[in-house]
Amino acid sequence: MTVVDFLRLDLPALLAAILACGLCGLLGSFLVLRRDSLLGDALSHAVLPGIIAGFAITGARAGLPMLLGALAAALLAVFLISLVRRVARLESGAATGAVFTSFFALGLMLIEATGARSVDLDLDCVLFGQLESLVWLEAQGFASLFDPAALASLPRQIFLLAAVSIVVAGLVALLWRPLHLLCFDPDYAAAIGLPARGLELALNLMVAAAAVAAFEAVGSILVVAMLVCPAAAIRLLTDSYRAQVLGGAALGAALGALGYALAGPVPAALGQEFALNAAGVIGTLGGLMVAGAMGLRELRAAFRKPEIISG
Amino acid sequence: MSLGYNTLVVLLGCALLGLACGTVGAFALLRGRALMADAVGHAALPGVVLAAMIVATLGGNPRALPPLLAGALVAGVLGVLAVQALTRGRRIREDAAIAIVLSSFYALGVALLSYVQTMPQAAQAGLGKFILGQAAAMRAEDALWAGGIAAFSVLICLVLFQRLRAACFDPDYARVMGLSVARTDLMLLALIVIVAVAGLQAVGLVLVVALLILPAATARLLTHRLPVLLLVSAFLGALAGALGAAASAFEPEWPTGAAVVLAGAIFFTLALLLAPERGVLPEAWRRTRRRIAATESHFLRAAWEAQEAAGAGPGTAGDRWTPIAALAAARGWSEGHASRLALWLGLRGLLARADGEIHLTPRGAAAARRAVRAHRAVELHLLGLGATDIAGADRLADLVEHGLPAEMATRLLAEPSSLPASPHALGPRS
Amino acid sequence: MTAPAPLAITHLTVAYGDKTVLWDITWQATPGLTAIVGPNGAGKSTLLRAALGLIPSIAGDARFFGRKLEEVRNRVGYLPQRASVDWDFPASALDVVCMSRYPRMRWWGRVPKAERDAALGALEQVGLADLADRQIGRLSGGQQQRVFLARALAQDADLYLMDEPFAAVDAATEQAIIAVLRRVVAAGRSVIAVHHDLATVPAYFDHVLLLNGRAVAAGHVKAAFTPDAIARAYGGRLNVLEQAVAEGGLR
Repeated sequence: MTVVDFLRLDLPALLAAILACGLCGLLGSFLVLRRDSLLGDALSHAVLPGIIAGFAITGARAGLPMLLGALAAALLAVFLISLVRRVARLESGAATGAVFTSFFALGLMLIEATGARSVDLDLDCVLFGQLESLVWLEAQGFASLFDPAALASLPRQIFLLAAVSIVVAGLVALLWRPLHLLCFDPDYAAAIGLPARGLELALNLMVAAAAVAAFEAVGSILVVAMLVCPAAAIRLLTDSYRAQVLGGAALGAALGALGYALAGPVPAALGQEFALNAAGVIGTLGGLMVAGAMGLRELRAAFRKPEIISG
Repeated sequence: MSLGYNTLVVLLGCALLGLACGTVGAFALLRGRALMADAVGHAALPGVVLAAMIVATLGGNPRALPPLLAGALVAGVLGVLAVQALTRGRRIREDAAIAIVLSSFYALGVALLSYVQTMPQAAQAGLGKFILGQAAAMRAEDALWAGGIAAFSVLICLVLFQRLRAACFDPDYARVMGLSVARTDLMLLALIVIVAVAGLQAVGLVLVVALLILPAATARLLTHRLPVLLLVSAFLGALAGALGAAASAFEPEWPTGAAVVLAGAIFFTLALLLAPERGVLPEAWRRTRRRIAATESHFLRAAWEAQEAAGAGPGTAGDRWTPIAALAAARGWSEGHASRLALWLGLRGLLARADGEIHLTPRGAAAARRAVRAHRAVELHLLGLGATDIAGADRLADLVEHGLPAEMATRLLAEPSSLPASPHALGPRS
Repeated sequence: MTAPAPLAITHLTVAYGDKTVLWDITWQATPGLTAIVGPNGAGKSTLLRAALGLIPSIAGDARFFGRKLEEVRNRVGYLPQRASVDWDFPASALDVVCMSRYPRMRWWGRVPKAERDAALGALEQVGLADLADRQIGRLSGGQQQRVFLARALAQDADLYLMDEPFAAVDAATEQAIIAVLRRVVAAGRSVIAVHHDLATVPAYFDHVLLLNGRAVAAGHVKAAFTPDAIARAYGGRLNVLEQAVAEGGLR
């Protein structure tokens, strides 16, 4: 495989996988700590009708309308989940399940009804992720990495992912401590005058933006996997907030890179004929990582001397 | 088009499937396990794909349903076990465990699917249908399988009805009664796995969870009684299943799962908006009516008390007209607000208006007297309790007197027909 | 002119749905150590939570030192009911105590040394300085409660609202906590604590508010904590032990 091949075929997908998985891994810790992991599941499915509606209204696969539509759908879903919880007095899991499946079903029907399918917004992208379809045909060699004109022709999903990643990382750093307290004890946060509701909204918005940005590149289910698996794996291994949040992001990014490599390039390098779906491999690795972390924790517990808790 | 034998059987099979999902879903929802179906549904994918691969490798027909369902069943059970293993350490909560299992199993399925596509024997044919469901592609034989499994699980539900009810409503009591809740839970989980797997081909693994949640949640909005809840949930599930299958028959391209779930979602939305007791609109309507009634009676009482303060009374010789401005001052309202209220009450025939003054009609006077009585009954009762001072009693009575049943006012007042004097001075509010 | 009361509640009425929990409460707290006492469902926690604006009230308001809460947030500390927090949460005892000072710090970067020292001081006060770095789940129940007490203390407030500070702690911890509270009060601050053990009210507290949906009696323990008032607050719901306390009055 030549350098040009790598730049053209693998680099964009690899970048997208790393960015999407790192971004989701970063936010996943907050969801896991808030015991709200299903929100990722909900939002990554609920954005579908928004994306299709944005597409149908403008008639083009342009970035902004679809992004706005997706964000609107995500916010509407969050609002409806809380409404359903209150009115129907359902526990939050069931309320979440009722709302996001309805949204997703609506999105599937909209794909048929608006003819989006016939263009290029197909179901496979939604269901399996289309990492492999991200290519950078303008790349001519390493020089292209420093050529603005060539860089501008990178798939736009990468720009969207990069922009959202930068904004989210900045916000997480800026709201570092309030988010810690919000996850730990939201009532107390409100009692001492932190804007708990505003923080909650900011967190939901970040997750929605991440789900939207990652959705197109890696598919909805990988968003779910990366929002929960890295964070849960780290959760089993550390008691430090900093290690939890940063570790989640790092593990997510690493899984993205490793999974992508295992799906295509590694079998190819070994002379195999097949290539696996990259999103599928990354997600599977995520599950294995949690299982591994669990084993590691058991092992550690077996070897550590029992700690004496004194009254 | 006419309904062929195949279509009819598929329609019935889907209805039966919806019925089973509605029944099992009701218990799952009450026991807080509904989302387990999401984990089971997604977890089934690698099972289905692996089963197809094995069958194809052995040279069998990879489209035959039973081996695929068996694969789904095995994978679904593994998914449930994985959720339980993850939550055992308490570090990972159930929500995270479900999300982990559903996403990583599904991802494994996707990876396997991409591998199967490189296999020569067309083993992947039709596997995609399991993801979103396509009833149109079902054969009568498939529908019979799904329907049979569904009927079986409904039967189990009926047999276990008492145990399931006990576990859902009062697990502690059930334990005391010697019923093993853990065992009942296990059976419920088994039922969830069975109906979720049975629903795969028709509804698809992504959305099968909705068929367990939506009908049950709709039924919960409509009734509190478990037998009724079960019937409603089962019926709505069957209806959604049949509608989805019908839609799929007319438009074979439509994902059946989406159609089924949308039907369920429409039922749920309607119930959310319109359910007589809990619905959003009836509740808003009741609240508005209460507010209007409260404001009306405040106005009427002010009109009555204005007369009373002047030593007159409706229907007596001293009966006279009261300026709206005086009433507005007594209630602390703006004059515009008071005038609009007077207009409204005039339209209802409770008072007459002229030149910025009002006069209670006989009907209005009767309503005003009732309002005054209720207010003072509450006021005096609160004072008698020593709950509060006079101003506090006045304020509290304003809040709670409305909707006070007539017999309650009678009980609070010693003399059934008397109208006690107000404990406080009447006039403008500070 | 005398200083305004640490907490003055006027005509506070709170309802959950159709059920009115607090009826027209008007009460002025006296500086010092005050207990809010009443039967289950009397609205004790609700009173604190409504005063802090954590739940909406239908009518009435609460003033702290004569001001609205927003103006004097830093002067009001809060200890929630034995927190239903996730004890596996990645936070050390010191982290938890630092949380009370988040509103005063920048939201990012390292915790400033002064704030860290203040938090350590609060841990010192409750005798847990040597466990500062331990993850909260690895503390005993009594230690956990003391960490939350330290978190409230670290707010360096003039008034502390505490919801059942003695819930689920052993007798030794209870004594340790009351000693801390006495020191706080001796330093000129006020504590208002929801309390459920009638027997220890006279020993622990200076003032009392007897609550049962409405304010039944309030004032100095010697004046207000009478058998008659207790009986009125608890209605027929006194258990044998409480009855004995009520009849025996102050011992």
